[in-house]
Amino acid sequence: MHEMSIAQSVLDIILQESRNHKVTRVLSVALKVGELSAVETESLRFCFELLTKGTPAEGAQLDIERVQVTCRCQDCGSNFAVHELIFSCPSCQGVRVEMLSGRELSVESFEAE
Amino acid sequence: MTRKVPVVRDILEANERLAEDNRRTFRKAGLLVINLMSGPGAGKTSLLERTIEVLQHEIRIGVIEGDIQSSYDAERISQKGVQVVQLNTGGACHLDSNMIKSSLDALDLDNLDLLVVENVGNLVCPAEFNVGEDMKAMILSVAEGDDKPLKYPLMFQESRALLINKIDLLPYVNCDVGKIRERALQLNANLEIFEISCRTGEGLDGWADWLNQQVSVRKAGGDGAET
Repeated sequence: MHEMSIAQSVLDIILQESRNHKVTRVLSVALKVGELSAVETESLRFCFELLTKGTPAEGAQLDIERVQVTCRCQDCGSNFAVHELIFSCPSCQGVRVEMLSGRELSVESFEAE
Repeated sequence: MTRKVPVVRDILEANERLAEDNRRTFRKAGLLVINLMSGPGAGKTSLLERTIEVLQHEIRIGVIEGDIQSSYDAERISQKGVQVVQLNTGGACHLDSNMIKSSLDALDLDNLDLLVVENVGNLVCPAEFNVGEDMKAMILSVAEGDDKPLKYPLMFQESRALLINKIDLLPYVNCDVGKIRERALQLNANLEIFEISCRTGEGLDGWADWLNQQVSVRKAGGDGAET
């Protein structure tokens, strides 16, 4: 439900960067979205399409890269990918873990002319 | 000619900046701020009423009530004699830092030890938006079922405390509290878990003691810790 706020923030960033880089038309936007982020990507695409009407980003595609959840174990130091949302170390079963990726929500770049 | 423009910016950066502003304001006032989240009807306002009853002679409590519409919850809280502000999001499914910032003028922060932000009832969106809080706490009522940590992982991941409410209903619902605990701790081993009933009062003392202790920690570390 908050995809509209997120789409608006993406558009704000894109329009600001477009002015800075003097581009007139945005063709596509590359986003990183972590697997743990509470974002429904199809809903985000729909909201983005609505919001961009009449802006230089009208018709721009969203290229969304989903980022796997990974952690580092603070007990044994090993890095591991989190499967089925179990945040404990597969090597030593430690539960003191630091999340390395999976919460991303960023605009990486955009294609423009 | 087509060209690629590098950006690398956090989509929620505007909210995060305002959250930092709020956090500085809260630190200066030396109070603990909790962002309280749950699905609709899990018992956020009831928990606040009961918590205020237990702690009102020990600490000064303020509440920001977030709802899509109505001031019903703020009226309930104001009957307890504490500072309260009602925020209406007008359809938005979560509170953000800007809404919190705009509500702070209505509160006397220097005369508070604890500020609870009662978020909009929703198990998804509020977890994504910081408002400048020290910690998030969430409620799951047993009537919602023990599968919720599997379906709404982010909120369990982000929270410092989990209150399992309505345990007086356990004889009547298909819910295994052991499974809630196991599934929630797999997501977040640092969760403090309290089993409570706002209706009967069971388990509330343990929660109130823990909360009071967190307020003391903030007060002890808050003076001059940040400028």
